[in-house]
Amino acid sequence: MSAKEITVALVGNPNTGKSTLFNALTGLRQKVGNYPGVTVARKSGRCDCGDGLKVELVDLPGLYSLAAASPDEQVVTDVLLGSLEGSQQPDAIVVVLDATNLLRNLFLASQLAELNLPLALVLNQADVAHEQGLKIDTQLLSQRLGGVPVVLSSAWKGEGIASVRRAIAEVVNKKPKMSRLAWPAQVESALDVIVQAVKNDTGVAPSTADAQRILFSSNAHTSDRLGWSQAKREPIIRQARDQVRAAGYNPLAAEPLIHYAHLRKVLDGVTSGGAGKQGNAAALDRVLLHRVMGPILFTGIMLGLFASVFWLAKFPMQWIQAGVDFLKAVVAPALAGTPMLQSLVTDGIIAGVGAFLVFLPQILILFLFVSILEDSGYMARAAFIMDRLFSWCGLNGKSFVPLLSGFACAIPGLLSTRTIEDPKARLATAFAVPFMSCSARFPIYALMCAAFIGPLYGPGWESVVMVGMHCVGLIFAVPTAFVLTRFILKVKPQPFVLELPRYQMPKPRDVIWRMWQNAAEFISKAGTVIFAITIIIWALCYFPRDAQMAEKIRAAEPALSSHELQARTQAAMIEQSWMGRFGKAVQPVFDPCGFDWKITVGVLASFPAREVIVSTLGVTYSIGKGAEADSQHLRQAMQEAKWLNGPRTGTPIFSLAAVLALMVFFALCSQCGPTIATLAQETGGWKWAAASFFYMTILAWIMAVVVYQVVIRIV
Amino acid sequence: MTPLSQLLPGQYGKLASLNPERAVDQRLMALGLLPGMVLKLVRRAPLGDPLAIEFGGQVVSLRLAEAESLIVDVAADCPVQRPKKSS
Ligand SMILES: Nc1nc2c(ncn2[C@@H]2O[C@H](COP(=O)(O)OP(=O)(O)OP(=O)(O)O)[C@@H](O)[C@H]2O)c(=O)[nH]1
Ligand SMILES: [Mg+2]
Repeated sequence: MSAKEITVALVGNPNTGKSTLFNALTGLRQKVGNYPGVTVARKSGRCDCGDGLKVELVDLPGLYSLAAASPDEQVVTDVLLGSLEGSQQPDAIVVVLDATNLLRNLFLASQLAELNLPLALVLNQADVAHEQGLKIDTQLLSQRLGGVPVVLSSAWKGEGIASVRRAIAEVVNKKPKMSRLAWPAQVESALDVIVQAVKNDTGVAPSTADAQRILFSSNAHTSDRLGWSQAKREPIIRQARDQVRAAGYNPLAAEPLIHYAHLRKVLDGVTSGGAGKQGNAAALDRVLLHRVMGPILFTGIMLGLFASVFWLAKFPMQWIQAGVDFLKAVVAPALAGTPMLQSLVTDGIIAGVGAFLVFLPQILILFLFVSILEDSGYMARAAFIMDRLFSWCGLNGKSFVPLLSGFACAIPGLLSTRTIEDPKARLATAFAVPFMSCSARFPIYALMCAAFIGPLYGPGWESVVMVGMHCVGLIFAVPTAFVLTRFILKVKPQPFVLELPRYQMPKPRDVIWRMWQNAAEFISKAGTVIFAITIIIWALCYFPRDAQMAEKIRAAEPALSSHELQARTQAAMIEQSWMGRFGKAVQPVFDPCGFDWKITVGVLASFPAREVIVSTLGVTYSIGKGAEADSQHLRQAMQEAKWLNGPRTGTPIFSLAAVLALMVFFALCSQCGPTIATLAQETGGWKWAAASFFYMTILAWIMAVVVYQVVIRIV
Repeated sequence: MTPLSQLLPGQYGKLASLNPERAVDQRLMALGLLPGMVLKLVRRAPLGDPLAIEFGGQVVSLRLAEAESLIVDVAADCPVQRPKKSS
């Protein structure tokens, strides 16, 4: 009915609970976490505000001031001005504040008041304020701010959500505006000077808010956006700033000074109590940030995370494996009448998709730990501890969250680089993120460790190699970032102003939801990409068929038993399949790394998505084996695989050297289509994405050769 | 008049001056760190840098190099040393 949908934007300081509130109001599931900078892009959803009023609610990144510096903050200012492509200016703003720190949170609200949009205040985390004994007179606050709705909520408990809905309905219907502060006369006239000058130059009078940005901020974003000619700006801005100086303010400090002085008066008598706060943070920080204990605990937590992912997942993985084997054993005889279909289903689909699905428990456990870390408040502390090391290679603590997220998946890691202000520092961080050992690398490490390292050297070494492989990327990322920041991009030292949030118990609901979302994504990948690639690989390995193959082999060697004959026939079939021919043609490239043609096929098939390798090995090593090819046989087949020709004839293909080389190759190689696309998107072009692809891939090949050639000589 | 970077962990100071031209100081001002504000150096990170400072009920990290040009007044009305915990 309505011509245009009403949009309402959620704006506020980082970590106040905007996304939690958004989720409560829309029923959607945006990511939340207890550190500043979780949300980095605009997200919208539908919110029902009662009485048939439905609005489009927009969740935005957090920011402290409208003088935006980093790209995620700029998204907010762009949305508020309606200058972001594909979104109109919101009809109203809901400012989400942390009730326990009203003064600082109101600074942004007070800046927003200058935009002259209808506005409501939600004082969130009221439960924490209550715990601290802090009392807030919302009525008095509303009255002092010109009658805008002011409501309390505890978004994660779902308390006060109804009154937030009512407040939204009120701003939409009654359009209340927050009263602007009374600027000193000189400041007002300085703003007038700018408004006039811009109007004379561009023909359009800028809004007061824009004039304030030009007057108070040291960057030129606003002038550029308004198209104010560069030559004319400087004398005008200087003249305007001189007027501010005449009022006794440094122009670059005037805005916070005037707002804060005003807000102190506004808050006088509004809050009471709440003196003994920050108790838990101080006590825990004494231990977690302790000079000696801090780094020890940090290392312990990181190592513990990987070790427990590996150990805890062991049994569930065996169960899934058993399930896959059982399925194969049931299905194979039923399809015995149609050998081709049997091969497609058992060697192709079940072997390939099964080999991938086995890693579901590890993904679940990884995200269990990651979301506990994120929700507890430790993340910002980890950044605090690591900052010194990062500053050495030209990055800063803010690079920590992107890099740690990179251990789960490079894509969220790349997106969270948006919280870094300096474009060059952001680029350097983005370049380092794909080196982090993402969960898609986990399967190949785990397969190699379980099949070769474990049986040969015992389970202790298995986890040593696992942890080691997770460090390989890091070891190469550090010097890469160092060279990039020091010599190529010449990044200036970055400021590191990060709020350390309070600690809290991780919320089971959020943790479970994170696990579930990632599991769902993993499973749907198994059902789509992996499924499709598996079938393609199977077909390429199965065709063309040579019906006379068995006869030819029997003719050549009449003494073979029927069992041997069958095995030889299968091997010959794969070798002359499309995949066999192709793999053999390319294999010389990877020969120095000790890869045979089957591994080569796996490596090449893994360029769009590296986790494909386990499925490909699953297919190439089980094809033609039918029901026999359960997990035990797959491992056995790989363990028994021998070089059939060339100088290495008779030696095992998966020697320690080749196993390590393969893992190192996967640790470093750029094998993920979505990562390359995201990198291009985040760095604004294909140049850096291409650089990353070639750099990582060539580095991976070189290191695989080095590892293979060195280890083969030692062992 | 001391640079913030020279405060001892646990020591309080009153901000005397900062440098509004710098991006870091602009951030800090947005967070409410304005001249006259009492702040506390909570701790140094294990490797000595950055610092954690507390003001207005929040704890914020800050690099040593940035803290050098924040001048604080370790005045009589600020507790010089955090009162020892009465364990
Ligand atoms: N105690 C309490 N915690 C809350 C409440 N609302 C949110 N939180 C927690 O506060 C943290 C931050 O919540 P988010 O919703 O991610 O905050 P945000 O404002 O979207 O943060 P950014 O996206 O980083 O700007 C999470 O750990 C939430 O669980 C609340 O009402 N009470
Ligand atoms: Mg958010």
